[in-house]
Amino acid sequence: MIATDSLVLSGRTVRHILRNPDQAMTAVFLPVALMLMFRFVFGGAIDTGSTSYIDYVVAGIIAISITFNSTATVVGVAQDMTEGVVERFRSMPMSAVAVLTGHVAGAVARNLLSMLVMIAVGLGIGFRPVAGVLGWLAALGILLLFMIAISWLAAILGLLAKSVEGAGGLGMVLVFVPYLSSAFVPPETMVNGLRQFCEHQPVTPVVDSVRALLLDLPVGSSAWLALAWWAGILAVTAPMAGVLFRRRTRR
Amino acid sequence: MIEVEGLRKAFGGRPVLDGVDLHVPRGRMLALLGPNGAGKTTAVRIMATLLRPDGGDVRIGGHDVIRDAARVRRVIGLTGQQVALDAVLTGHENLVMMGRLFGLGTKAARRRAGELLERFDLTEAASRPVKTYSGGMKRRLDLSISLVTSPPVLFLDEPTTGLDPRGRSEVWDVVRGLLADGTSILLTTQYLDEADQLADRVAVISDGRIVAEGTADELKQAVGSERLELAFAGPEVVRRAQRVVDGVAAGRGISVPVEGAKDIKQVLDRLDEAAIDVAGIALAKPTLDDVFLTLTGGLR
Repeated sequence: MIATDSLVLSGRTVRHILRNPDQAMTAVFLPVALMLMFRFVFGGAIDTGSTSYIDYVVAGIIAISITFNSTATVVGVAQDMTEGVVERFRSMPMSAVAVLTGHVAGAVARNLLSMLVMIAVGLGIGFRPVAGVLGWLAALGILLLFMIAISWLAAILGLLAKSVEGAGGLGMVLVFVPYLSSAFVPPETMVNGLRQFCEHQPVTPVVDSVRALLLDLPVGSSAWLALAWWAGILAVTAPMAGVLFRRRTRR
Repeated sequence: MIEVEGLRKAFGGRPVLDGVDLHVPRGRMLALLGPNGAGKTTAVRIMATLLRPDGGDVRIGGHDVIRDAARVRRVIGLTGQQVALDAVLTGHENLVMMGRLFGLGTKAARRRAGELLERFDLTEAASRPVKTYSGGMKRRLDLSISLVTSPPVLFLDEPTTGLDPRGRSEVWDVVRGLLADGTSILLTTQYLDEADQLADRVAVISDGRIVAEGTADELKQAVGSERLELAFAGPEVVRRAQRVVDGVAAGRGISVPVEGAKDIKQVLDRLDEAAIDVAGIALAKPTLDDVFLTLTGGLR
């Protein structure tokens, strides 16, 4: 039952994305604009060694766009919680938590769409991935896990927000943390302290492993680190969102 | 179909419902009438399984709201104070989505959506996003959603709040139709005339207790169908006037229940005979305050 309910409700989220120009903007144009900016404006000044900057930055932009897109989930969940629709769901013979799984599934759809567009644009401006099918699948797997875990985190922020406006602010936390990673600039170039943070925060292994997989470079421990981090985060955030949802709706 | 005995609920030590009894037989409608904060919505939320009672016995369609919440959810429809619609989706999409969530297959949900849109006179607007709807249309769509599975019991929590007179009468027409179909309905409202228009029986709730129950006519007899609002120059005059006319004093005025022109003339004649000057006169429909003041003997 929860599977059908989630499917129906993720269909709702997808319709929201398609009909809301702001959301489409955030999901597609912003990451693309960011990519163009880094490729043509900042890229020349950033030293990425033997890897060309566009090859370096695509994995980072994808990761950033995922956290960027998750603000829509924060706001969407907060909106549902402040409007009457969740009350109605709870009075119906259905699983009301499907509201959250619907938002998460919708977020994954939105992310896949924006990823597709970004890769296409990236290819157009010099991105040259050399991965085989397995490399692509592995990268996709890591990104999927990352998206799902981030979306649950976003759902938690949406549940914690007192208002829809507040939710927008809370969502910014998710937007800025990944900037402090290996997404745009190799951490070796940063000052001590910041460098250690960037090297060891959970977004960095996602970016590093996806980049290495797509460019067929040595992946090292980054793939396993990424899986361990985000499976761990997911194992905490998804049940926690369920608990918060129940607490918030049983007032 | 709705049986509530001794219902109690407190929030943070403050009792919101303090021993409420309600009974709605099959195919009947009870209006729960009360001001904001009287406990109406809390009572509805408990009956609709959204909130657990602290004490008492609540059975909907024969099922206990705590032990058999899942069964209760299969027999009820709920229209809350806020419309529970998705503004981005069209009317048709809203209905289909809810039908699917009620467990209908896609085809059945579409068919049911078409039926309900036609019945609620929304067919023309079916493919427009809900955010373009008027208040009355939103309410009608919201009501139609609670009817997707034709539930035998319906809770309507202030279904006309925020609607203009036309929107209200649209909703009233729909509700009358449902009653004719045999649905058992509990309606909450702040408006005496709404209770009067729709319900078989009215229960007046105040501070978590039922302070009066009866047919709308019985309540109206107690209150009068209209109120003559008289204003005077000062409190001294009000005191003198109170000895002559039978009304409720508030500030510099007195509110007197009247029934037609004869009553009005009589009241004014009496004041004239007592040589009391009236500073202002207005005629008003009885407000909920009047009902309370009359029913609770001016205790509020």
